[in-house]
Amino acid sequence: MEPVTTITGHVTVLDRADVDTDQIIPKQFLKRIERTGYGEFLFFDWVRSGEITIEPNPVLVTGRNFGCGSSREHAVWAIQQFGFQAVIAPSFSDIFFANCTKNGFLPVELTEDEVRSVAAVGEVTIDLETQTVTAGPRTFRFDIDPDIKDRLLNGLDEIALTLQHEADITAYEDARAYPSPVTTSL
Amino acid sequence: MPKTLFDKIWDMHRVRDDLLYIDLHLVHEVTSPQAFDGLRLSGRPVRRPDKTVATADHNVPTDGTKVARLIADSLSRTQVETLERNCAEFGIPIYSLGSDRQGIVHVIGPELGLTQPGMTIVCGDSHTSTHGALGALAFGIGTSEVEHVLATQTLVQRRPKTMRISYEGALGSGVTAKDLILATIGRLGTSGCQGYVVEYAGSAIEQLSMENRMTVCNMTIEGGGRAGMIAPDDTTFHYLKGRPAAPIDWDDAVARWRALPTEPGAKFDREEAIDASSLAPMVTWGTTPGMVVEVTGHVPSPEDAAEQAAAETTARALTYMGLKPGTRMTDIALDRVFIGSCTNSRIEDLREAAGVVTGRHVASTVRAMVVPGSQQVKAQAEREGLDKVFTEAGFEWREAGCSMCLGMNPDILQPKERCASTSNRNFEGRQGAGGRTHLVSPQMAAAAAIEGHFVDIRGWN
Repeated sequence: MEPVTTITGHVTVLDRADVDTDQIIPKQFLKRIERTGYGEFLFFDWVRSGEITIEPNPVLVTGRNFGCGSSREHAVWAIQQFGFQAVIAPSFSDIFFANCTKNGFLPVELTEDEVRSVAAVGEVTIDLETQTVTAGPRTFRFDIDPDIKDRLLNGLDEIALTLQHEADITAYEDARAYPSPVTTSL
Repeated sequence: MPKTLFDKIWDMHRVRDDLLYIDLHLVHEVTSPQAFDGLRLSGRPVRRPDKTVATADHNVPTDGTKVARLIADSLSRTQVETLERNCAEFGIPIYSLGSDRQGIVHVIGPELGLTQPGMTIVCGDSHTSTHGALGALAFGIGTSEVEHVLATQTLVQRRPKTMRISYEGALGSGVTAKDLILATIGRLGTSGCQGYVVEYAGSAIEQLSMENRMTVCNMTIEGGGRAGMIAPDDTTFHYLKGRPAAPIDWDDAVARWRALPTEPGAKFDREEAIDASSLAPMVTWGTTPGMVVEVTGHVPSPEDAAEQAAAETTARALTYMGLKPGTRMTDIALDRVFIGSCTNSRIEDLREAAGVVTGRHVASTVRAMVVPGSQQVKAQAEREGLDKVFTEAGFEWREAGCSMCLGMNPDILQPKERCASTSNRNFEGRQGAGGRTHLVSPQMAAAAAIEGHFVDIRGWN
């Protein structure tokens, strides 16, 4: 995973709330078994119908509850592979937010007013270290879980981090008072 | 301090800090191939194949194809065959096409008795919340997390907030679990439960069958919730008893499970109350599950919206759906009816739908299909003669799978086709590009198939 530090550039505005992952990457592209090749299909139906155009910029700015619906990580891959490095919105679905952070892709939550202000300015600098978004004369602070921040800043592999605690996992398994179902003996 | 059901399960599964142990990992063909690739690239094994199980559901044709290599669509075939190969390589049990245990992942987990109270359960699918109906903590994850669970049998999780929604009173005749959850999403909004694990409680929930509880928990994600849960009780234990994976130490297990429910005085971060007796059959009119009205209602107008942004959202949804403001919901004519999906394809759902169609016939303008959630559900329904009830009424009776819920297999809507569907999402293009989806209960879908338009099941005979 590439480290995330600062992201600077123009923003692409998609002024819609409740954009679901079926819109971000429709189901027909979920049949691929690879992790790449999704960028060109971003917002496929909306783009193909001429309803929207998506400018290639570093930052996507959009409405509340972005990424709701299906857990498909393909949605994050599509946005990232299209060229975006971060997305700013008033809120994200829980699963989509988690999926972003596993891919070195930065989701930033600001208030509705702050998001509108960023969209109006059209250019932005996001600094993960200081947790700030600067758009024109104004700077906004955003919250992010400290562990997620550390992982993004350093581009760390979460599985490798967890496996450092393998002894704890084994100890937990050994200490469990009662078993859970065994799938291999059905 | 008194604890909630969630608190107890969370505390029991904490390995350290924010590391949560996972008791059961359900795997399907769409969100797993890249995770298995990741394991191969890093040379990691699957830590606990014995806590992992796979099935093929999203891509499978429902036409009776019994082996993966005969799937006509080459991409779907590749995905199912890849799952079969990955499971063989990593030692994971799989119920693929041709198995009498194959079915929708959220149907087969409870059906095999793998889903039990007090467990932590994950799957690369947002509707994993379904399993919470048995008193488990169950939630959907992305592919990176699928790989994490395969490699470590744990997940890095921050403790979510808790919320309880209490439903007092009894549901009226013709008002179902599906209506209860659609009405809840309509009231609280599609992001109303974001960040929360939701416990559904109250007398109306306690009276629901196991299958109906699964319908409620299934759609938690459509309200933005992380997971949905219902306290285990005699209904739960009765459902589980005798299933293949039910505990051998049954009496001890039941005793453990009886200690799980939320204790009096336990604190939730948020509480909501809904009068169950006030609820009516619901129908969605728009392109999110929150765009929903009672069947006696009308298609809303953008002019009724409180703010400009909401008016634009409503207008765009109406354009997509091809609906005029003020139209009575019961005047909306249908082209297709779909009874199935992880929300409403269990035996109880099929019994309820069959009860509505007995002795009647599907309208000549409608193509209607029933898709059992699993091979086991299909076999049970056929033992009860439900397949005959449906086919004699003019419904297609198909093989188990996700089918027309999500358009990844041959069962799809054509552009502008209008469908009454028992599934969970009415997003644009969800059931096929340009398709128009109205979410309803199995009974409402069945009655709509007969009449060719929506009807209020309460006054229909």
